[in-house]
Amino acid sequence: MYKGGKIIASLIIFAALFTIPFFYNMGKVNAGPDVALDTPAIQRLPASEQQCVESPEFMKENHMQLLNQWREEAVRNGQTVYINSQGKKFDISLQDTCLKCHATESASNPVVLNNPANSTGVSNPALNASPEFCASCHDYSAVKPLCWTCHFEPKEAVK
Amino acid sequence: MKVLFSFLAVILIILVATMGAFITNLHYVFGIIIPYLAFAMFVGGFIYRVVKWGRSPVPFRIPTTIGQQKSLPWIKQNKIENPTSAFGVVVRMAMEVLFFRSLFRNTKTELREGQNGPELAYGSAKWLWLGSLFFHWSFLIIIVRHLRFFLEPIPFAIQALESIDGILQIGLPAIYLTDVFILVAITYLFLRRIVVPQVRYISLPADFFPLFMIMSIAISGVLMRYFYKVDLVAVKQLTIGLATFQPVLPTGIGPMFFIHIFLVSTLFAYFPTSKLMHMGGIFMSPTRNMISNNRMVRHINPWNPEVKVHTYEQYEDEFRDKMKKAGIPVEKE
Ligand code: HEC
Ligand code: HEC
Ligand code: HEC
Repeated sequence: MYKGGKIIASLIIFAALFTIPFFYNMGKVNAGPDVALDTPAIQRLPASEQQCVESPEFMKENHMQLLNQWREEAVRNGQTVYINSQGKKFDISLQDTCLKCHATESASNPVVLNNPANSTGVSNPALNASPEFCASCHDYSAVKPLCWTCHFEPKEAVK
Repeated sequence: MKVLFSFLAVILIILVATMGAFITNLHYVFGIIIPYLAFAMFVGGFIYRVVKWGRSPVPFRIPTTIGQQKSLPWIKQNKIENPTSAFGVVVRMAMEVLFFRSLFRNTKTELREGQNGPELAYGSAKWLWLGSLFFHWSFLIIIVRHLRFFLEPIPFAIQALESIDGILQIGLPAIYLTDVFILVAITYLFLRRIVVPQVRYISLPADFFPLFMIMSIAISGVLMRYFYKVDLVAVKQLTIGLATFQPVLPTGIGPMFFIHIFLVSTLFAYFPTSKLMHMGGIFMSPTRNMISNNRMVRHINPWNPEVKVHTYEQYEDEFRDKMKKAGIPVEKE
């Protein structure tokens, strides 16, 4: 091969670039995020109330669009109540509705402590990260919503 | 016709993908087996093509230059456009690969009605350069951004790239600039082939097919991100499973994902057989990657046969006595 050395070296770089994921993840377990779904706040609710605003499948895929809709309703249209697909009523509020159920008491909650995604500082709103529950997923998929600069979480979530 | 042919081919692929997406039993094939196959075909085929190119002989120095060659000391050499050092070549290649230097020099030629009949006119034509630049850079950024699905934990650089890309914070999920750019750029690249008669004349199905493929991939991605949403956490579990060779198939991902990944797999598998190989080919263009020292250094054709030579010195050594006797002057006594 003419200039074989250079070509082979370049091909090795090419193959290395495209196989980064294989080496980067080598030997790691595919654990997925540890989403704490039974926070004390949710446990305190009666069993029939232990549901999210919409079905969990819908929430997993569409919660950001729901929040966008809520924001639109609250800020632009002055609506304060959201009626979900089952006809149940929820107050439109990121902090007082979502985070009331989804606030995890960070320091004491082993689920949160054991999750490497939730290293210290993650739930500090000044650092622009999400509260624990939201962060567990968001860190896993590199989503950094900028909501927490303005929307402070309830105290127990920060702790 | 040529457009229609490629268009129908891509529609067929989309139909196959949709079928795979809606038949749950096929998810293992579409989500795991086909992506692995496509990846192997891409890397293997790419290496095969480049090695094959590498084996073809390069007998001549054929750099093309657009700058002053190195000559007399008081004439300033253009060290990058007419490089005589390896460093100059590296800079020139970088300009080519990163900023499409050659395309920037693209000109258009047209016959104009002048005062004394038609005149030939040349003008600068930067739109193709701009469209390509936007298209390729967006594509690159999108691919790098996708590493968030294949790396765990996600490196900071990728998160930073993502937040820059979504800096406008329009809507939720935030709109990525590159999503907009790539759709606009690819539409431009497609329209150019349809609208400009000369370009349409030389366009083949192999030119339209990749355009339609990339268009459909971008559109399916946009639909998946903003409209027909999928469970991204499940998607990442699948992709990390692929990357660790422990494939898992989480349930409830959503059909759009399978359409998207099948289109991507098709493009990857097709890549080495297509014009898209210019990704590797650009590095191997002899007119760009050669040092312009055609006459400074003696270049010998690598397959020149061994020629028996009999130099004058050898000749004189052999016949010196006879030459002297005949009175012919010799160089060495
Ligand atoms: C610049 C500061 C700021 C940022 C950043 C911000 N918001 Fe808001 N948000 C507000 C303000 C101010 C209101 C109005 C509060 C009111 O009327 O009581 C509001 C109201 C809302 C409401 C409805 C009422 C409520 O109390 O929750 C929702 C829902 C909401 N925002 C969601 C979001 C989401 C989701 C994000 C992140 C993508 C976000 N916001 C980012 C300032 C902000
Ligand atoms: C009444 C308490 C309650 C409220 C209010 C609530 N949630 Fe939930 N949420 C839940 C429960 C319980 C689940 C688990 C559902 C299940 O898995 O069956 C859940 C699940 C979810 C999930 C899916 C997590 C997963 O991995 O399955 C998301 C995302 C979510 N909630 C987001 C939100 C957002 C955003 C809001 C505000 C708009 C909100 N929730 C308000 C109780 C609540
Ligand atoms: C089941 C995992 C999960 C949970 C739990 C979760 N999210 Fe998300 N969230 C995601 C994913 C994945 C995305 C990215 C979606 C995309 O890119 O299409 C996202 C995106 C968002 C976005 C849009 C951000 C952007 O810049 O695009 C907002 C806002 C958001 N989530 C808010 C919340 C809030 C508030 C909570 C907690 C109440 C929460 N999420 C809990 C998985 C989750």
